[in-house]
Amino acid sequence: MSAELTLALTKGRILKETLPLLAAAGIAPLEDIASSRKLVFDTTMPGVRLMIIRGTDVPTYVRHGAADIGVVGKDILLENGAEGLYEPLDLGIACCQMMTAGPAGWSPGSSRVRVATKFTRIAQQYFAEQGIHADVIKLYGAMELAPMMNLADIIVDIVDTGNTLRANGLQPLQKIADISSRLVVNKAAMRSKHEAIQAIVDAVGLAVEGQSV
Amino acid sequence: MTMYDRWLLPDGIEEVLPSSAARVEDLRRQLLDLYRSWGYQLLITPLVEFTDSLLSGLGTDLDTLTYKLTDQVSGRTMGIRADITPQVARIDAHSLGQEGVSRLCYAGSVLQTRPGSLLGSRLPIKVGAELYGDSSLAADIEIISMMLETVACAGLGRVTLDLGHVGIYRSLLADSGLDSDQEQAVFDALQRKSLPDLKLVLAPLADAGRRQLILELASKHGDLSVLEDVPYAAAAVAELHEVRAAIEHRYPNVDIYFDLGELRGYDYHTGLVFAAYVPGFGQAVANGGRYDDVGEVYGRARPATGFNTDLKALLDLLEQVPLASAISAPVGSDDAMWQRVGELRGAGEIVICSLSGEVDPRCDRQLVCREGDWQVEIL
Repeated sequence: MSAELTLALTKGRILKETLPLLAAAGIAPLEDIASSRKLVFDTTMPGVRLMIIRGTDVPTYVRHGAADIGVVGKDILLENGAEGLYEPLDLGIACCQMMTAGPAGWSPGSSRVRVATKFTRIAQQYFAEQGIHADVIKLYGAMELAPMMNLADIIVDIVDTGNTLRANGLQPLQKIADISSRLVVNKAAMRSKHEAIQAIVDAVGLAVEGQSV
Repeated sequence: MTMYDRWLLPDGIEEVLPSSAARVEDLRRQLLDLYRSWGYQLLITPLVEFTDSLLSGLGTDLDTLTYKLTDQVSGRTMGIRADITPQVARIDAHSLGQEGVSRLCYAGSVLQTRPGSLLGSRLPIKVGAELYGDSSLAADIEIISMMLETVACAGLGRVTLDLGHVGIYRSLLADSGLDSDQEQAVFDALQRKSLPDLKLVLAPLADAGRRQLILELASKHGDLSVLEDVPYAAAAVAELHEVRAAIEHRYPNVDIYFDLGELRGYDYHTGLVFAAYVPGFGQAVANGGRYDDVGEVYGRARPATGFNTDLKALLDLLEQVPLASAISAPVGSDDAMWQRVGELRGAGEIVICSLSGEVDPRCDRQLVCREGDWQVEIL
């Protein structure tokens, strides 16, 4: 393979579930990512590097072409927009749901609701579609606190098991979207490094199919 | 506002300093000369005009890209041009109104509310050419050839020509039974080549065979082989084959890449779409396509094809030219010297008067008087 390729991976749980898929496609880091403080890793595939960053930064790196391929949650793509990116694969990992959640028994009373969320764009759009005027409050974490402290009426967040919600007196209300991790590709790189990238997309695609069987 | 930020320019608005400006201006002149040699006539379009004429016919994106202001004289809304193509369409349809083919070109700044690319300029310098009044493929091939020569003129290295055709997707979507929101969702997913999302948004489409064909369209990009197994839109596929053959014959050093799912300008393009890419630059350096009947809103539907490029976007790709060397001349009222300076300037030399005895650093020669005769000597 002649082309140099950089893959930007989302750290944390998504990374853990991504590595086996990449390994099945012949790409494994040459050293243990978990025990290293490095951010960039060479791999068993010559010319291919892995970069481990926060999910919200993955689309930025790939969009600017600083990375050719990325792995990122659909939640972040929905929130930040997917301009300049191709999203050829659903990796079927880190699956969860984007949901509204509120105190048990909550129902929209007045014409406006206060919504606390990290995903302001998704929330704006969702409530607009529902015909509800939402006052969106941007938070960076622990959304569950907001209704409890009367900062907001309800929240929009990604929900896996729903245990954190219930532990804080909230219950899931409406599903906004199914979320899973996606493989994204820089549009220009897809053209200029077409063969190398297509080979990886195809190999990872096969690994995803194998995983779901 | 403090001393520290008073000099700041708005995001995406930039100046071009002398070393680059000279290169950009050289290129602008070369390109307009090139288009002239192909028979394209220069237009100077107005910086502002009524939005009624400016925003007609070329898609909805242009509306949100355009800065607007109220004309104090008429009370109507005017827009600062965000694109020159609709102005050319208006001029061809109305101001010129000639039958037969008209070949027009332009060069000028446009102002856009959003940059066209990441870290791009909101104040591009658009240079382009449009051919009206001929619907044949020969016209598209002429425009594509000019686009390739434009890139060659800028000396940007090996070119990849991207070819697509909006007729292919359009024929798949014809009578699909999808409403406009559903069509928009399919379009969005296709532009992201997102197979999983495409599967979701195609669910309302009853015809399973057609669903499969649209899904496959997302993967139809690459070399000539993507044109195989396209059992629909035969005319569009034939056009792509014909253009490829013609261009490959004329420009054997140009790589050709097909992308049947790429639908840039789908709003107003009606046939072939094309773009030129060079290594190391993520955006197309030039692009264009066929947009028949765009003049219809001005009362005259005409076939049209054209392309344009943004000189500012090319700035970083252009080779820097060494500064031209100059001749220093003393200040004085000597008639003989004045005459000699005029001759030198007429011959294309740069002659700079050293006003207070300071010699401009660009000067490597000087004008000196030897026995009543003004001569150029090495400094």
